[in-house]
Amino acid sequence: MSERQKRPPTKLVPVPSVNKIPERDINKAPILECQHLGIDFGGLTAVNDFNMAIGRTEIAGLIGPNGAGKTTVFNLLTKVYQPTRGTILLDGVDTHNMTTAQVNKAGIARTFQNIRLFNNLSVEDNVKVGLHNQVKYGMFQGVLRLPGYWKEEKRAHESAMELLRIFDMEDLASHQAGSLPYGAQRRLEIVRALATNPSLLLLDEPAAGMNPSETADLMDNIVKIRDTFHIAVLLIEHDMSLVMGICEGICVLNFGEIIAKGTPDEIKNDPQVIEAYLGKKREV
Amino acid sequence: MVIFLTRLINGISLGSVYAIIALGYTMVYGIAKMLNFAHGDVIMVGAYVCFFAISTYHLNPVVGVLLAMVVCTLLGMVIERLAYKPLRQAPSLAVLITAIGVSYFLQNGAQLLWGSNNKMFPAFLKGDALQLMDGQLRVSVTTVVNVVVCVVVMLALTWFTGQTKMGKAMRACSEDKGAAQLMGINVDTTISMTFAIGSALAAVAGVLYMSSYPILVPTTGSMPGIKAFTAAVFGGIGSIPGALLGGLLLGVIEIFAGGYISTQLQNAIVFAVLIVVLLVRPTGLLGKQIREKV
Amino acid sequence: MNKLKRLSPATRSNYLTYLGVILAFAILQPMAAGGKLSPTLQGQLVPICAYVVMTLSLNLTVGVLGELSLGHAGFMSVGAFSGAVAASALQYSIPNGGLRLAVAMVIGAVFAGIVGVLISVPVLRLNGDYLAIVTLAFGQIIKSIVENLYVGVDGKGMLHASFLKPLTSLGEGGRMIVNGPMGIPNIAEISSFIAGFILILITLAVIFNLVNSRAGRAIMAIRDNRIAAESVGLNITKYKMMAFVTSAALAGAAGTLFALGQPAIVASKFDFNTSILILVYVVLGGQGKMWGSIIAATFLTVLPETPAMRGLADYRMLVYAVVLIVVMLVTNSPAIQSFFSRFQKEAERENGKGGEQA
Repeated sequence: MSERQKRPPTKLVPVPSVNKIPERDINKAPILECQHLGIDFGGLTAVNDFNMAIGRTEIAGLIGPNGAGKTTVFNLLTKVYQPTRGTILLDGVDTHNMTTAQVNKAGIARTFQNIRLFNNLSVEDNVKVGLHNQVKYGMFQGVLRLPGYWKEEKRAHESAMELLRIFDMEDLASHQAGSLPYGAQRRLEIVRALATNPSLLLLDEPAAGMNPSETADLMDNIVKIRDTFHIAVLLIEHDMSLVMGICEGICVLNFGEIIAKGTPDEIKNDPQVIEAYLGKKREV
Repeated sequence: MVIFLTRLINGISLGSVYAIIALGYTMVYGIAKMLNFAHGDVIMVGAYVCFFAISTYHLNPVVGVLLAMVVCTLLGMVIERLAYKPLRQAPSLAVLITAIGVSYFLQNGAQLLWGSNNKMFPAFLKGDALQLMDGQLRVSVTTVVNVVVCVVVMLALTWFTGQTKMGKAMRACSEDKGAAQLMGINVDTTISMTFAIGSALAAVAGVLYMSSYPILVPTTGSMPGIKAFTAAVFGGIGSIPGALLGGLLLGVIEIFAGGYISTQLQNAIVFAVLIVVLLVRPTGLLGKQIREKV
Repeated sequence: MNKLKRLSPATRSNYLTYLGVILAFAILQPMAAGGKLSPTLQGQLVPICAYVVMTLSLNLTVGVLGELSLGHAGFMSVGAFSGAVAASALQYSIPNGGLRLAVAMVIGAVFAGIVGVLISVPVLRLNGDYLAIVTLAFGQIIKSIVENLYVGVDGKGMLHASFLKPLTSLGEGGRMIVNGPMGIPNIAEISSFIAGFILILITLAVIFNLVNSRAGRAIMAIRDNRIAAESVGLNITKYKMMAFVTSAALAGAAGTLFALGQPAIVASKFDFNTSILILVYVVLGGQGKMWGSIIAATFLTVLPETPAMRGLADYRMLVYAVVLIVVMLVTNSPAIQSFFSRFQKEAERENGKGGEQA
């Protein structure tokens, strides 16, 4: 552990976000560190030699053309797929052999590209499922309605409503999640992820299908999440105004490999990134 | 050795019949994504039709079989049109219950029409058994017919799904109905056709099954139906070679289990093997492994 | 009444379900005691209770957990035989019929629960139709095993069991209890309508309290979206197993209740058709709707015995099949669904609340 702390943290972008990092974080190891991460599907290499580190309260972006392997990286981080190669260190702990649920308990929460809510449950219950591992009582206490049940359920209700209040959703608490409008569903997915008390939040295309004003709200919300919960956020997004607007560090993926890492300004001017998005300039 | 070979041959003979029934399940599942529980009862109807044709009207057995095929084909298409087609968008459980309803309907209808007493199916496959190994090993005509029919059906279906226009339409529908429709394939006709073929095969299988187990009652179809369904899952539901493999293996296992272990536990052993296979290969022996997209 | 209105729709529906069961009992019990029920209905009271509990327990698997089970009668069988053996063996140690029934039901539930644990290990690794076919296979295996089971007590009250071979050495004062394919030929009928009523209430309490707890939310979350449930840290296997085993144990208790209300039982009674019958009740009553299960199970158990259906004599089962198909076609027809959903939306607007669960 001490060995790791001495090593200079390979932060994605150390400089521009320094003033936003709380004092206690500056010399600490990054919350997430991927080393030579890779996965093959059959003969196809979907992600290869993926190296990245994220600071403890950093907002980082993962961009790239369609099919570059961005969601696959999320699936590797959350162990939906087990990596073929490489290691993932979460707060210095190797997540090798962990399941998706264990990774979540260790501190990674995520949202999904195509919204995955518990559609038949109420908004409040969706958040309470997120709180599952913070609420402590067993099946028998629940079935027999012992005092522990009432105490913990009250606590769960209060926490859930508190979280919903932060995102202006408390009025929707008793609505069925599946019947919410699209924007609210996206927000609820974030609330549910936050309810699991993560130290790193992964957002998969959070602005997909949103209009510019909704996107602006979302940007405010993401910054608010970082500032309120003091956690790191890694997001996949195609909306460049969002990515360039709030991300302190950006990582560009193409054909499963990282082609550039840096601050928004560096990325904007990187010739390889421009080529990946716009194609090669033809010599005239 | 002779006992072993005899049992193996009996197993293959029974397995061939299972394979033909399993084809009906597998094709319907592949294209309509439903478990057609009434399939076993179509077998029973086919057997009754053939029985009356042969023993009451004294028709030629071949004519009897053809008649049974025609009746079952029509029956399969009518069932699909009336009971399953309106439920194409419904949850799979609703379709399953409807199929169970159809199964009850056919069983009870048969009981009303033809009574619940046993009928002895006439042995129409006459002829001397093949003598092998100096007459120690006898292969009955029934066995030969079962295997030959099974092989012919299998080859014909492979050719049909691979080479003909309708067969290709079927494969397209089983991959993606919406896309198939956009390419100008008539999905309704294709599904109807699948039921027609599956039911015609059920009629053939019914007659073959009767030549090995000649007691005919309205519930005759349910046990071979469940077994053949198991065979289809065993081989990987949706796969035509899988149905053949699953059917043959199931038949052989059943006969071996009955012969070497215990006849009372015959069925239990067959199902236990199925469970073990599904644990090792969760989509059956030749089924496609599907990775859920996240 | 105002207080009732303030409750969430789910809680209100739960209370109304309890109330309905209690009312039905309050009406039927005096009639049964006074001999005012027809002999057929009188004889059906205990089986109805058993089928109601079976349907409720299967609804936990199908409606709440969202997995199709085609072998639920297997658990009923385990409960029926283990409970009946226990009741027979305890005949002299516990002379009180009610107490013996309670002990037997607990034993039936425990045995069915144990079998449920054993089965759930392989079953819950699979998904969808493959899971369904494995439950079907287990149902068949249980039936085959029970059909070849021989159990007896010797003169000292010790239990003896053998598999495939009839018992020969029970000695002086010994007697057979389970006799292979012949089942249990002579059962002391100690089940009563009151016991059935209490079992229904217990089952409802277990299911409702489970559903409205931390574990129940986890189970329903897994049903709605397995991948999302995993991503928020739920142990999928644990909660699937919890639902599956609870369902099996309740079915076991129902099996004991059923068996001890019959003069004799055989293993072939609890076959694939019985599993399907219960599944039909669940689907017709509505997946996840417990009050629907109670009504469907009661109505459809009584229906074939009503005078109107008896008049149809031979056509009875045919009509039953047609009713089943027509109900499925009608309830799933898009036109009729949109008609009903309009009503539901209006009701929701009045309450200002979401749809109901459980």
